[in-house]
Amino acid sequence: MLPARRTASRAAGRPSGAGGAARLELLESLLVASDPAQCAQRALGWLQRRAGVRRGVCLAAHPGDGPRLVPVASLGVLLDRIETYSVDLELRDHPLTRALLAAEPVVIPSNGHRAPATPLGRREVYAIPLAPVHPGDLPAGLMLVTPLTPAVTREARWLGRVLGPRLGSLVDTARLELSEGRLQRERRLLSAIINAVTDPILLTDGEGRIIIANARAEALLATDDDQSEGRRRAVALNNMLFSAALTRQSIEGVGAPRHEVPLVDPVDGSDLLFELMSTTTTGAREGTGIVSILRNVTDLQRATAELEDNYRKLRQTEAAARAERDRLDLVIDSVADPILVTDPGGNTVMMNAPAEHLFTAPESATAEAQRIVQANDAHFSSFVSNLFFEEGTLRRSGSIGLVDPTTGAGLPMEAISGKIVSEHGEVTALVTILHDRTEELERARLYEELKRATAELELKVRAATAELVHQNELLRRSHIALEQASALKSQFLANMSHEFRTPLNAILGYTSMLLKGVSGGLSAQQRRNLERIDSNSQHLLSIINDILDITRIEAGKMPLTVADFPIPDLIREVLAEVEPLITRTKLAVTTRVDETLPPLRSDRQKVKQIVINLLTNALKFTAQGWVTVTAVNDPTGDRVVIAVDDSGIGISPKDQGVIFEDFRQADDSPTRQYTGAGLGLAICRRLASMLGGELTVRSALGEGSTFTLVLPSRPQGAR
Amino acid sequence: MATGPATLVLLVDDYPDNRDIYVQFLTYAGLRVEEAENGHQALDKAFTLRPDVIVMDLSLPGLDGWEATRRLKQDPRTRDIPVIALTGHALAGHSKVAFDAGCDAFITKPCLPERLLEEIRAILTAARPRSGDPTS
Repeated sequence: MLPARRTASRAAGRPSGAGGAARLELLESLLVASDPAQCAQRALGWLQRRAGVRRGVCLAAHPGDGPRLVPVASLGVLLDRIETYSVDLELRDHPLTRALLAAEPVVIPSNGHRAPATPLGRREVYAIPLAPVHPGDLPAGLMLVTPLTPAVTREARWLGRVLGPRLGSLVDTARLELSEGRLQRERRLLSAIINAVTDPILLTDGEGRIIIANARAEALLATDDDQSEGRRRAVALNNMLFSAALTRQSIEGVGAPRHEVPLVDPVDGSDLLFELMSTTTTGAREGTGIVSILRNVTDLQRATAELEDNYRKLRQTEAAARAERDRLDLVIDSVADPILVTDPGGNTVMMNAPAEHLFTAPESATAEAQRIVQANDAHFSSFVSNLFFEEGTLRRSGSIGLVDPTTGAGLPMEAISGKIVSEHGEVTALVTILHDRTEELERARLYEELKRATAELELKVRAATAELVHQNELLRRSHIALEQASALKSQFLANMSHEFRTPLNAILGYTSMLLKGVSGGLSAQQRRNLERIDSNSQHLLSIINDILDITRIEAGKMPLTVADFPIPDLIREVLAEVEPLITRTKLAVTTRVDETLPPLRSDRQKVKQIVINLLTNALKFTAQGWVTVTAVNDPTGDRVVIAVDDSGIGISPKDQGVIFEDFRQADDSPTRQYTGAGLGLAICRRLASMLGGELTVRSALGEGSTFTLVLPSRPQGAR
Repeated sequence: MATGPATLVLLVDDYPDNRDIYVQFLTYAGLRVEEAENGHQALDKAFTLRPDVIVMDLSLPGLDGWEATRRLKQDPRTRDIPVIALTGHALAGHSKVAFDAGCDAFITKPCLPERLLEEIRAILTAARPRSGDPTS
C-alpha cells in the first residue's frame, strides 16, 4: 500500500495517470470539498474516470435529523429523481441497511420485485459501506455502484475507506451548521413571539430574579440608568408589588384564585391592574423557575363594569319594553272593538280577543261557524287589500257586513284602517279597528221611530186638541144655552108662581070671607061647597109652593135658617097641624119620641116640612092600621133619627127609587088612585141633603113602609 | 077686637079683586081703608092722608112698591108710618130687598084677610109706644 501512497502523493503533485497519483489527487480534491454533496460527487466522478463506473449513488447516514440513509450525490442517475429516496435505518431488513451494517462491501443482487429497490433500480449493484469518522461508530454512509467489475470493486473498496471519514466529517459539520441556524432562528422567532404578546411575560428564578422578560414586562419591571428618577421609582415599586404577589401565589399554591396585581405605568404614572398567572417550571440544567403572565385587566375591569352597567340597562330597558308591551296587549285586549294588524302580504299578524272571536274558530266549532269565519275573513281581506293598493291614502273608513260566528247574527261594522309607514315610506302594516254599529243603527232606528211616533202623536194631540176646543166651544155654547134655559125656567117658574098666587089669593080670600060669614050666613050645602073650593084651592097652592121650592133649591136660592130647637116640640107641632087629616082617617097614629133628646141645630122650618110630608104621605097611603112617628138618637150620638112607619100599601123595590124623582109617583098611570103632584119626596130628599142628612125608605109591597130621616145633631157641611 | 075707629089703612095693590077682599074684610073688622093701585097714587095718598099703616104690594105698574116704600121712608112726613110688604114674589131674596127698601113687615101671597089683619094689629101694637101717633 505504501507505493500506492507514494504514487498517490506524486499524483497529487503531478497530474499523470498513475494509480497512486490518481488516488492522491482524489484525496486532495476530497479535502477541499466544502460540503458532503460536493465531496461525494467528486468521489463518484473519480470512480467513473478511474474504474469505469457507469452509475452510482452515494448515501449519507444521519445527514439531518434521525437515523436515515439519504442520497447526497449520484452518477448516471439524476439526483432530482432520487432526491426523495430515503431509507429508515430502523428497518433492519432493508438491503441497504443490511449493506450499511455489513463489515465488507456486498453485492445486492438483481432481485426482481421481491425486495425494495435501490436508488439504482433493481439491477445488481455493489454496495460499499463508507468508513465512520471515529472507528466503532456506524458507517458514515453507503456507496452503490454498477457495473460490477474487478476494477470497480478494487477502487470502490479503497474509496469506501477514504471517503467515509471525510464525508462523515462534512455531514457532521453540515448538520451542526444546520441546527445552529435553526436554533438562532427559533430563538429569534420565540423572542418575537413573546414580544408580540401584549401581556407582560417573564421567567424568574427561585430568588425572583428576572431571567427572561418580554418587552412589555421589561417596560414595567426593568430600568436603565439613563431613565428618569420617577420612572426608576415606578419600576422599583412595580418589582416590589410583583414579588409580593408572586410570593403570595407560591404560598397559596396551584389552584389558587388568580391574583390581581396593581402596578404603575412607568411612562405616564397611571394605575394599571393586572391579573397574575404563574407556573413553576423545572429544568435539568436551569433549575426551578417561575413563568409569570400578567394580564392587563385595567381595561377589562372598566369594560366589565361598563358591560355590567350596559347589561343592567339592557335588562331594565327590556323589562320596561316588556311591561310596555304587556300594557299595550292589555289595552288592546281590553278594547271591546276588534283590532287587527295586517302585513303588506295580507296576513294578519296580530289581533285582539274581540277580533279573534270574529276571525278565528276553534277546531271544535261547528261547520257553520267555520264558514262564517271564512266569510268574515274574505270581507275583511277585500277591504284591507283595497287600501294597500291605494297609494297616497293613509286612512280609510268604510262599512263591512260581518257575522257573529257564535250567534249567526249580522254585525254591521264600521272599519277604520290606517297604514303604518316606515321611515323609508314603505307601508309596513295596516291597523284596522272595527266598530259594531248594531246598537248605533238600532238607536238611530228607534230614534226615527220615536220621531215618527212623536210626530204622529203631535198630530193626534193637535187633532184631539182641535176636537176638544170644538167640543169645548159646543159645550160652552150649550152650557150658556142651558144656563140661559135654566135661568129662563127659574124666571118663568117664579113668574108663574107669582101669577098663580095673585088669583089664588083672591079665591082663597073670598072663600075664607064667605066661610067666616063676612057676607052673611050660609046654608049647610053652601058651606060644604065653599069648603070644597077652599080645599082645592089649598091643594093648588101646595102644588104651586112645591114647584117653587124645587125651583128655589135648583137655583140654589133656598135660604137656610139654622137654630137650636127641641125635637119633641117639633113633632107635637107637626101632629097638631096634621090633626085634621088624622081625624078624617081611622088610623092609630102614635109617637115614640125620646124626650131627653138634645136640641137639634138645623133649619126648623125645613125639618118640619119634611116630617109633615112624610106623615101626610103615610096617612094618604095607609087605608087601615097604624102610623108611628119615632124620634131617637142615633147610636153614635151625633145624629138624630126621625122615622115614620105605616102599615100601608108599601112600595115595590123597583119603585123605591122612582118615588124620589121629580113629578113621580109609584103609580104614574093616568088612572092612578092617589092624587098629588109627586113632588113631595123629591123635595124632602133635597132638603135632607141640604141639611147634611139623608132620607131613605125601607118597604115591601103590601107590608107597609118606613121612611127614615137622619140628620146630624150639629150641621157640618150643610149646603 | 077693634083697634080703634080712627085706624086708617092705605092698601096698595094693582089687582082690584085683592083690594076688594081686603077692603071688605078690614072694613068688616072695623078699620078704615083707603086704596091705591100704583106707586104714585100710593105716595100721593100717603102724603095727604097720613095713614096709620100702609099695606104695599111690591109688583106695581109704573112706580113699583120698593121704590114707593123707599120714597116714603125718605120723607119725614111718612117716615114713621109702618109699611107691610105683601107680595106674590116668594123667591129667596125678595124679602131682603123689601126690608132694604124700608118695609117693616113682609107677607107673601096668598094671604087670607084675617092673616093680614093679624099682621096689621101686630105692627100697630109694636108701633104704639111711639109718641105723636096722630090716629090715637
